[in-house]
Amino acid sequence: MDIKRVVITGLGPVSPIGLGASTFAAAQRAGKSGVGPITHFDASMCRAQIAGEVHDDLSPYIEAREGKKLDRYVQLALAAAELAVKDSGFSKEDLAGERTGTLVGSGIGGMKTFEDQAKLMVERGPSRISPLFIPMMIANMATGHVAMRFGATGPSSTVVTACATGSGAIGDASRIIQLGLADVMLAGGAEAAITGLSIGGFGNMHALTASHNNDPERASRPFAASRDGFVLGEGGAVVVLEELEHAKKRGATIYAEVVGYGTSADAYHITMPAPEGRGAQIAMRQALKSGGVNPEQVGYINAHGTSTPANDLNETLAIKSVYGDHAYKLAISSTKSMTGHLLGAAGAMEAIAVAQALHDGILPPTINLAGDLDPELDLDFIPEGAREQRVDYAMSNSFAFGGQNAVLVFKRWAE
Amino acid sequence: MDTYEQVKNVIVDKLGVEADKVTPEARFVEDLGADSLETVELIMGLEDQFGVTISDEAAENIRTVQAAVDYIGSQQ
Repeated sequence: MDIKRVVITGLGPVSPIGLGASTFAAAQRAGKSGVGPITHFDASMCRAQIAGEVHDDLSPYIEAREGKKLDRYVQLALAAAELAVKDSGFSKEDLAGERTGTLVGSGIGGMKTFEDQAKLMVERGPSRISPLFIPMMIANMATGHVAMRFGATGPSSTVVTACATGSGAIGDASRIIQLGLADVMLAGGAEAAITGLSIGGFGNMHALTASHNNDPERASRPFAASRDGFVLGEGGAVVVLEELEHAKKRGATIYAEVVGYGTSADAYHITMPAPEGRGAQIAMRQALKSGGVNPEQVGYINAHGTSTPANDLNETLAIKSVYGDHAYKLAISSTKSMTGHLLGAAGAMEAIAVAQALHDGILPPTINLAGDLDPELDLDFIPEGAREQRVDYAMSNSFAFGGQNAVLVFKRWAE
Repeated sequence: MDTYEQVKNVIVDKLGVEADKVTPEARFVEDLGADSLETVELIMGLEDQFGVTISDEAAENIRTVQAAVDYIGSQQ
């Protein structure tokens, strides 16, 4: 069978460091932090009191009436999808029908809705639960609403692999296009879990940094010696994936080609990565192999880089194992240093960052690392600020609680 | 605030419609665009507002703003 080629032709980031492709790119170049004190709820009783919140107004993308029936995670997904489609040059009418598919994942789904309704259940009993509770909360509703908004009736699914969701969604959607089952896929992830239940839960796992409540912009510090946990973020990230000939025919701007995708399971522990990132290595090697890419061809890795002691160590070991000596020639950075960890949206947000890095020839930095280098993590994590450098191939890593790993490989677009 | 004004506020809140669209003869589904889930949400909102219980059977017959006002009046 003829395997189709897949390119990215639209970018829709709704992130703690800005909304829309150009704002997001500029913020990365400037090394901006989107982390601040939590305003979505009173976090004064929590260990971690900071997060990467989205403060942009979503009303241009969500009518007031519609907003009442949508959890915030779906609102972020819809805004991201609208931005991606606008960026791609498609009109809404172009995407109606069965040649457009949808695959927008979420790590958790409607956490705030769940929390509000559970409270109601305890206080007033099950008879007062909103009839909209289930359709607002379930994790496939971002996909459902994106499909409804654009009339996209093609292949549709939802990935729920915690922190690997966004990469898994883009990878799975790419395969649908590769098989010729759709010309266009709206793919990505969305998360809105900055709530008491979630911050309390992650906080008590000691997964979140609790040492920088008074210095939020410096809190997310992947690969730094003093790293002690991640910062939760929220956002939506959707890309327009398109079959290459379809994109060329309409003269679309092509940001990058999706060439490789690998997944694996650690089969080890619910939250701890396998020693030396063994599961991650399997996904990284598979991603390279599926794209026919040699490790030496890769110039940049957008790391999972969460700022937890275990992830950043094991990811570094995994990179060294997969790339050998070439690991020391790679430029590597973590978008999460700026945005915080967007859970189910992270992989898709980082795919956008990679597409921009390849297209623009500017590699984003890891902020909060300079002056705090960990001698054990001796690779080039771009601590000095954004770097002008053209690379041909880039990898993006995403690793999840549950031990699921998803890795994408992208190629700079050149005729 | 009289019953009509209170009913109107609940409708505006639960259905997210403009206040001036809420007239006594307005029908929830046909005129105010409520779907079946929103209709349930609206009935529950009226129960909360007025401290009454509206059975499923009674709710079936409450299809306009005036019908809601009348039903609540009959229960108070």
